[in-house]
Amino acid sequence: MASDSRPLSPHLQVYKMPMAGLMSITHRATGVFLSLGTIALACFFISAAAGPEAFASAQSCWNSWIGKLLMLGWAVSLYYHLGNGIRHLIWDAGYGMEIDQVNRSGIFNLVFTAVATVITVIAALV
Amino acid sequence: MAEFRLPKNSRYTDGKKWPAPAGAKNTRTFKIYRYDPDSGENPRTDIYELDMDGCGPMLLDALLKIKSEVDPTLTLRRSCREGICGSCAMNINGSNGLACTVGLDELKGDIKVFPLPHMPVVKDLVPDLTNFYAQYASVQPWMQTVTAPPSRERLQSKEDRAKLDGLYECILCACCSTSCPSYWWNGDRYLGPAALLAAYRWIVDSRDEYTGERLDELEDPFKLYRCHTIMNCTNTCPKGLNPAKAIAETKKMLSMRAL
Repeated sequence: MASDSRPLSPHLQVYKMPMAGLMSITHRATGVFLSLGTIALACFFISAAAGPEAFASAQSCWNSWIGKLLMLGWAVSLYYHLGNGIRHLIWDAGYGMEIDQVNRSGIFNLVFTAVATVITVIAALV
Repeated sequence: MAEFRLPKNSRYTDGKKWPAPAGAKNTRTFKIYRYDPDSGENPRTDIYELDMDGCGPMLLDALLKIKSEVDPTLTLRRSCREGICGSCAMNINGSNGLACTVGLDELKGDIKVFPLPHMPVVKDLVPDLTNFYAQYASVQPWMQTVTAPPSRERLQSKEDRAKLDGLYECILCACCSTSCPSYWWNGDRYLGPAALLAAYRWIVDSRDEYTGERLDELEDPFKLYRCHTIMNCTNTCPKGLNPAKAIAETKKMLSMRAL
């Protein structure tokens, strides 16, 4: 939108994002990360179909610390994206769009993400 | 396409420092964006140490004190000084607002003042709002009818009139649209919260008879659907309006009529 030689005023450089804005960009980021996770999951299934040796090497991959870290990241992303997606559905239905409601549902989603992730980690360890 | 960095000619550097007059005890520091189109230089941020004795309570009072007592070249729009004209909209400590309704006591520490974000800058704190106004005009913000005009006013029930509350109060200051990342990245095609709030104001007006045509006009991947409910608009509106809700209601009407 730059008209002739006028400079563009600062945007990301100066804007202090409110919580709702930060949660929105996090929704986008977790969505991208989950898409990568879907590809990883497909690779895992392919390795299972390809025979025991391939499956064993895939499994050792996921059992490494970096594999576990990625799984934790995908668990966090999945719960965050799920909770936030439901938030978006409620907004699209026309509810909960006053600022105090938006902030409350945001905090609710953060708590949900944390609790669901902890439960998943515990379930994975026992 | 989103361009996160500022273009080369728009990157700002540290500018001049304007110290407080000797003997001033009650001072505050203002960091203000400056751009002089005649110099050919990049924008800069000047630092003003202002003697706050005798300064009014609002940010606009401080800016005008700088202009009249320190640096007369500081350029900004202002008119009503009471939050009804929308001229002094700017980015204040990271959020958009009207300099005349933001109290100096509400701002912590040094005060940073920039023009409305992601807009072409005419000079200092004055952005070029041509595109913003053209988008407002594009939603045809006036009553349109097909029926013959009655011999008196077109009447409206109290309930129907109440639907316009929270919509008609918009003063077109552009705080909301310029706070919106979708508008930053797609402002050429996305109408932005201010124009969409105005569109909805006529869509829900019981006297307007072009509701369908108005919705047709908005049913577009860019004009309306670049809104991703980021909520910066509603968070920043100095009049306490809720453009995000107006946009959600418009989307809802579009999906309901498709059913």
